[in-house]
Amino acid sequence: MTATASHGTELLLTLQVGGRLCGLPVSRIRDVIRCERIARVPLAPPGVAGLLNLRGRIVTAVDLRDRLGLPPAAPDAARMNVVVEERGELYSLLADGVGEVLSVNPESRDDVPHTLRGPWREHAVAVHRLDGGLLIELDADRILAFGARSGGDMRR
Amino acid sequence: MEDLLAEFLAETSEALADLDTALVALERQGGDKETLAQIFRTVHSVKGAAGFLGLHRLGAVAHAAENLLGLYRDGAASVSPAGVTAVLGAVDAIRTILSGLAETGAEPAGDDAALVAALEAAQTGEAPPVSLPVVAEKPEPVLEAVAPVASAPEPPVAAAVEAVAAPAAALPTQSIRVSLGVLDELMTLASELVLVRNQLLQIARGAEASPFAAPLSRLSRITSDMQEGVMKTRMQPVSAAWGPLPRIVRDLGTELGKRIDLVMSGGDTELDRQVLELIRDPLTHIVRNSCDHGLEGPEARRAAGKPETGRIALTARQEGGRIVIEIADDGRGLDLVRVRARALQRGLATEAELAAMRDEDVARFVFHAGFSTAEAITAVSGRGVGMDVVRSNIERIGGTVDLQTFSGRGTTLTIRIPLTLAIVSALVVQAAGERFAVPQATVVELVGLGGGGATVEWLDAAPVLRLRGQLLPLVALGPLLGLEAARDGGAPVGGFVAVLQGDAGRYGLLVDTVFDTEEIVVKPVAPILRDLAGFSGNTILGDGSVIMILDPAGIARMAGVGAGSAVVDDSLVEEVDLTQVLVFRAGGSPTPIAVPLGVIARLESLPGKSIEIAGGKHAAQYRGQLMPLVPIGHWMPPAPDAMQPVLVFQDGTRQLGLVVDEIVDVVEESLALRPSAEQAGFLGSAIVCGRVTDVLDCAYWLRQGDPSWFGKPDATVPRLLLVEDSGFFRQIVVPALTSAGYDVTAKADAVQALQLRAEGAMFDAVLTDIEMPGMDGFELLAEVRRDGPWKRTPMVALTGRAGPTEVARGRAAGFHDFVAKFDRDRVLSALSAAIGQENRA
Repeated sequence: MTATASHGTELLLTLQVGGRLCGLPVSRIRDVIRCERIARVPLAPPGVAGLLNLRGRIVTAVDLRDRLGLPPAAPDAARMNVVVEERGELYSLLADGVGEVLSVNPESRDDVPHTLRGPWREHAVAVHRLDGGLLIELDADRILAFGARSGGDMRR
Repeated sequence: MEDLLAEFLAETSEALADLDTALVALERQGGDKETLAQIFRTVHSVKGAAGFLGLHRLGAVAHAAENLLGLYRDGAASVSPAGVTAVLGAVDAIRTILSGLAETGAEPAGDDAALVAALEAAQTGEAPPVSLPVVAEKPEPVLEAVAPVASAPEPPVAAAVEAVAAPAAALPTQSIRVSLGVLDELMTLASELVLVRNQLLQIARGAEASPFAAPLSRLSRITSDMQEGVMKTRMQPVSAAWGPLPRIVRDLGTELGKRIDLVMSGGDTELDRQVLELIRDPLTHIVRNSCDHGLEGPEARRAAGKPETGRIALTARQEGGRIVIEIADDGRGLDLVRVRARALQRGLATEAELAAMRDEDVARFVFHAGFSTAEAITAVSGRGVGMDVVRSNIERIGGTVDLQTFSGRGTTLTIRIPLTLAIVSALVVQAAGERFAVPQATVVELVGLGGGGATVEWLDAAPVLRLRGQLLPLVALGPLLGLEAARDGGAPVGGFVAVLQGDAGRYGLLVDTVFDTEEIVVKPVAPILRDLAGFSGNTILGDGSVIMILDPAGIARMAGVGAGSAVVDDSLVEEVDLTQVLVFRAGGSPTPIAVPLGVIARLESLPGKSIEIAGGKHAAQYRGQLMPLVPIGHWMPPAPDAMQPVLVFQDGTRQLGLVVDEIVDVVEESLALRPSAEQAGFLGSAIVCGRVTDVLDCAYWLRQGDPSWFGKPDATVPRLLLVEDSGFFRQIVVPALTSAGYDVTAKADAVQALQLRAEGAMFDAVLTDIEMPGMDGFELLAEVRRDGPWKRTPMVALTGRAGPTEVARGRAAGFHDFVAKFDRDRVLSALSAAIGQENRA
C-alpha cells in the first residue's frame, strides 16, 4: 500500500490543502496535472467537483477541501489535480498546490493522535514529524469512500 | 443452439479434412490400429454431436459408418475396398449435410438408405449395392467424384484418391476463434479513435485550406470503416437469444395444457452481442406471456373456429440502423374492455379519458407497473409485474416496444432496438450554462420557443406546451438539476423544447440552447456517481469537454412526469426494495399520500347514493354488506350521482373503506421512510415520484373505523415471528398480519430472533426476510432446522424478489414457501398453508 524505498523510507508527494501540509504515497499517484476545465455534475454528492478529460479518459474530480471539511477554495484559485486510480477508475484529488516528493523515514512517523477529530481523523493515516513542521499523510481509499453505505466499500 | 452449431461445423470440417487422409492411408496400407482408432473417434464424435444437436440424418449416416469402423478397429472384420468406399461415401454424405447446415442452418433433405445399406453390407462382407445414389439436393463437387467410385463394382483406388484430392473445398476454414475480451477491447479502441477523429475534425473545421484537410478526411473515412468493421466482429445472430425458447414453449405448453407451435424466422439477423444479452430476458418474458395469456386452450380455440394448435411467430429483421423483432400470437387478443376497467380501477385514467382513448393507447396500459389483466394468478407469469419491466429494459438500451392487438385474432409485440450500444448519436443541449447530451433515439422532435413560434403556458407553477392540440408537460432542465432557480409561474420562456419519449408518455425538456448532434461513446460514470438519477453515463465531446448524458426516463421519473412512471433500474433493484405503492390524495390536502398496494384488498369507486349514515358513522352498501367508511381528514359525502373513491381493506368477512379524494397513481418506489413531525395516522414521509409524500399508517385508520379490527386476545390466535431488518417493512407487515388474525412478534435480525428461542418463546410459524445484515434468512433457516425447540416450526421466506429461481432455491433450502413482500394474499395463504390450518379469513 505504501511506497517503501529500500531503507524503509516512504515516498510522499506533499500537497497544500487549506494551508495544511498533507502527503499522499507516491505509489498511488498516476499523474499530477494543473487544473483544467472541470465539468460540473449536477446533483453529485458533495465533494465531487466534477469531471475532467485526462488524455481521453474521464476523471472524476474530488475536492480535498470538501472531504477534509475545509471551506471551498476561491473560484479563481489555481488548483492541482493529483490523479489516483481506484478499481480501474481514475479520480483526481483537487489540492491547492503540490510541492516536492519527500522521503520520510519510519522513525518520524506517528499514528494519528486521537484528539484529531472529524474528517481529518477519517481520512488521515499517519502524521510525519518533519523539520519544518508536521505532515498529515492522507489515505486515498478513505477519501474516495463516498456515501453512507460505503464505510470504505465502493459499490460496483 | 446456433452458436453451438457453428462451433460444431468448424470443428468437424477440420476433423473431416484429416479423416480423408487417414482413410486413404487405411486403404493403401490395410490400416494400423492408430489410424483406425483416429477414424473411429472422428466419426464417433460426429455421431455424438449430431445426436446432441438433433441432426437425425447426420446421426444415421455417422452411426452406420461408426459400426463398420468399430468392426475394423476391433479386427472383427478385415478392411475391404468396398468397405472403405462405403466409409468414404459416408464421409462425403456427412460433408454434404454439413455444408447444407452451414448454408441454411438445417439439414438438407435427402435419402441415405442406400449408403447405410452399403455400410451395413460391408460389415457382413457382402458385396455392396450396385450404386450409391447422390444424396444431396445440390450435388457437391466432392460427391461427384465419389459417385463413379461407388457405382463401380470394384472401386479403383485412384478414384478414392481423387475424391480426397478436393477435400476441404466444401467447408474451408474461414473463421478463427477470438476471445470476447479482445473484441471488446477492440471496440473500446475503435470508439476512442472515433472520439479523436471527431476532435480533429472540430479543430480543422475553422481551417479549410489546411494541408491536413485531405489526409484528415481520409482518416475520418477509414475510422468510420474501421468502427463498422469492429462492430461487425461483435455481431451475433439474434437466434443466439432464441435458443432456449422452443424448449420453454414446449414445457409451458405441457404445463398449461395448450398446443403451441413456435415459428421462428430471421434468426440470422445479426446484432451486437451486448444488445443481444440485454434483450434475452425481455424476449423470453414476452414469449412466456404469449403462451400463458395470449393463447387460448384447445377447447376455446376450437370453439372460436381456430386450429387447436396455437401459433407464436417470432421474426427478426433489420430496418435501417435498427433491428425489429416481432412476437405475434394468434390467440384471443387483449381484452380491451378489461384493460379499460383495470386502468380505471387503478386510477390510471378517468372514465372520460378512457372513452376518448384509441384502442392502441388503451393497450399500452399493459406496460404500466403492476398492471395485469390475468384473471388467475398463474405460476407462469407473475402478478402484474413483467410487461413494465420488459418495456423499461428495452427502453434502457434505446429501444421501443409497441403492441397491436386484434380481438380474437391475436397480439403482436414489436420491439425496435439499436444495432449497437457503444456509439450513439446524441443531441447536445445546454441549460443554465451547462451542456448535456440527449440520446437522439429518444428525441421525438425539437420545438423552438418565442419569436412567433410556440409559447409556454403555465398551469400554476407547471409549464406546459400546446403541441398539435395536446398538452405536453414541460420539465425545465436547469431547475430540475438544481443548476438554477425555478422560473416563476407565468414568466415568459425562451429557448427550446426537446420532446422526449419518457416511460409513461412524452414530455418536453425545456433547455436554453440546442447544439449539433454528435456521435458519442457512452461511458459509464464512476461508481461514486452511480446513484445519480437522470444520467445514463458520460462522454467526451469532439472539443474535448466532458459532459453528462441525460437519461430521459430518469429525468421523467425525477420530475414525476406521467402516471405509473415506474421504470425499474436494475442497478437500484439490487440495492433497495421496490414496493408497489398506491399514491392518492385525501382530506383536501395537496400533499400526496402513499400506501403499499399490498395491504389494500381493492380500490373501488362507490356511487354517492350507496353511502349512508348508520349509528352516526358513514357506511356504504358494498357487496351485500354495510361497510364502515373512514375518511382520512376532512371529507364531505358526495352527491348521490357522483363517485367516491375508496380503499377497501378486508379481513375475512369484515370490510372497511378508507375514503380518499382521488387515486393518483400506482408506482414502484423504494419507500425510504423519513421521520416527519408527529402526525397521527401517518408513519412519516417519503419521496415518491420526486415529491414529498406522506406514508399512511394503516393500522391507525383501521382502528378508527373498527376498534376491534385487530381482534381480541384469543388463545387460538396463531403466534407468528417476523424477522425483518427494515423498520419500514415491519411497520407495514405487522398490521397486515395482525389484521389477518395473527399474534405477531417482530424482530429486526436473526440474532434477536434466536434470542427469543433461547428464552423459550414458541411460535406457530416464522416469517423471515432473506436479505438481512449479519445472518441472512437462509442461515437463520439452517440454524433453526439444525436443532432446538423450533426445529419443526414452519418457516416462510419474505423477499423483495420472488422469481421462479428464488422460489425454487428457497423451497430447496427448506422454506415452506417463498413469497414477495407486500403480496398480502400470498403471504397470508403461504402462512396458513404452512401452519396447516384453515385460513382464518
